Amino acid sequence: MIISVASGKGGTGKTTVSTNLALSIGQGVQLFDCDVEEPNAHLFLHPSIHKIEPVIAPVPKIDLEKCSFCKKCMDICRFGALAVLKKNVLVFENLCHSCGGCFEICPEHAVLEKERSLGDIEHGTVNGISFIDGRLAIGQVMVPPIIKKIRSYTDPNMITLIDAPPGTSCPVIAAMNKADFILLVTEPTPFGLHDLKLAVETVKILGIPCGLVINRVGIGNDAVNQYAKKENIPVLMEIPFDKKIAQIYSRGEMIVDKIPEYKDKFLDLFKKIVALVEKKEGSK
Amino acid sequence: MRELVILSGKGGTGKTSITAAFASLAKNMVLCDADVDAADLHLILNPDFKETMEFKGGHEAVINPDLCTQCGRCMEVCRFGAVRDSFEIDPIDCEGCGVCVDLCPEHAIDFPQTVSGQWYISDTRFGPMVHARLGIAQENSGKLVSLIRTEAKKLAAKNNLDLILTDGPPGIGCPVIASMGQATAILIVAEPTVSGLHDMERVGRLSKHFNIPAMVCINKYDLNPDQAQKIEDLAQKADIAVTGRINFDPAFTEAMIQTKTIFEYNPGSQAAKEVRQIWDRVLSLPVFNTPATPILNHL
Repeated sequence: MIISVASGKGGTGKTTVSTNLALSIGQGVQLFDCDVEEPNAHLFLHPSIHKIEPVIAPVPKIDLEKCSFCKKCMDICRFGALAVLKKNVLVFENLCHSCGGCFEICPEHAVLEKERSLGDIEHGTVNGISFIDGRLAIGQVMVPPIIKKIRSYTDPNMITLIDAPPGTSCPVIAAMNKADFILLVTEPTPFGLHDLKLAVETVKILGIPCGLVINRVGIGNDAVNQYAKKENIPVLMEIPFDKKIAQIYSRGEMIVDKIPEYKDKFLDLFKKIVALVEKKEGSK
Repeated sequence: MRELVILSGKGGTGKTSITAAFASLAKNMVLCDADVDAADLHLILNPDFKETMEFKGGHEAVINPDLCTQCGRCMEVCRFGAVRDSFEIDPIDCEGCGVCVDLCPEHAIDFPQTVSGQWYISDTRFGPMVHARLGIAQENSGKLVSLIRTEAKKLAAKNNLDLILTDGPPGIGCPVIASMGQATAILIVAEPTVSGLHDMERVGRLSKHFNIPAMVCINKYDLNPDQAQKIEDLAQKADIAVTGRINFDPAFTEAMIQTKTIFEYNPGSQAAKEVRQIWDRVLSLPVFNTPATPILNHL
């Protein structure tokens, strides 16, 4: 079962929820930190890393001896990554989406594939949890291939928890797509509500069941609860605003370690998710 | 013309509340909300929409079943696995590269331009604002960010305004790179947590990579003063100017609920005083008064 923890707005508590949920369930969980621009789960779980794997993408390299400068590669490239000059071809690697069009179209077979590094993924373990996170290299922009690489390690016999990036565009889709359940973490503020609505629209496009965790209850108003009620989105857990929790988080500590009664709350959250997924599968 | 871009790396550190607070203080300014994925600045500034424009970001391949012979060439060439067994293209997986369009022997694939969002020119009580909304599940957020920043510059030039205040997106990827290129300086809003430190360090490295001067301020510093100190120590080592600290104040959220900035809601608060000090430091620091090094803005 794949559960993707997402939010729309950043900083609502995705990492808090996914790491504490993972620790509460323990054995049989894979935790994938797919917020590869700013991966943070490792700061809380301190997994022991046993493998670092580069994520690479092919980019064109032109064999100028074979090239006839016909410009077909430049014409097929929608990303402006190639410029064919009179006696040279410039490749702008950062613009390349690795679609392979230039390799396919070149009549002279003068386009070779070269590897470019987008970032790394790390494999580790902590407390019986299998942990993988990804890290976009500074200055790189191709996020979805790193997320896809992490997700290629999905084990269908395990519970896969995905810590998704914020937003609603391609990286988030890559982290939500084909999940069995999306757990949306929000906060009861106007920003939280506005971005929650965007996240719910995203989930609807993907057609995946979802539920809510409302974090920092007490700092804002109850507009999020009213919205959830109106939209029929189940509120599965509420975490009160508590300076103690904020301080635990600030030090990189786990709520379930410092306030042990939260372990049962997270397990209860997990049970509710399983029930919703089974209900959805039963209705198919 | 100068442009200050507010960034954070980590989401939810207070970028937008602080941008709105700066808007209360700034003069001769255009506002730009570059968090096109999840734009929130308008929730405080309540803009009066003057113009709405479509953003045509990319193209999407669509197979015409009348012409398709199901030869499978498109499946063979698509590196994104977007062609379904039913010879339909999954719009979520389609990258918009058009390779299938060009290589289909039957010319059976159309490639219409997609409207992937909208952008707006609005008036606010603090000055004009350029903002946008990227459609759900769309690509090209970097392109849209570049577009609205260019439009903000045009608007500033037209109205003789010499400052652009840009609320940036979280992260360090495509939209963030698009939001900082050619900026005068960035201000990183960090929070005193282990994540805040880690993420501020990465966005700081990104600004260095693109040669954009960086500053930092720490929001909610009293939640963990030790961590706040670590952030300031790291900033100093990384050549990031430290501009100040803001204490944790629920008034930011209360102000947001009333669609107000902290200066409109509680100008006498400690937090308001601290934001004002940071703003004065931002304007006075040499880093903000040095022209930016132009870089190739290729996103």
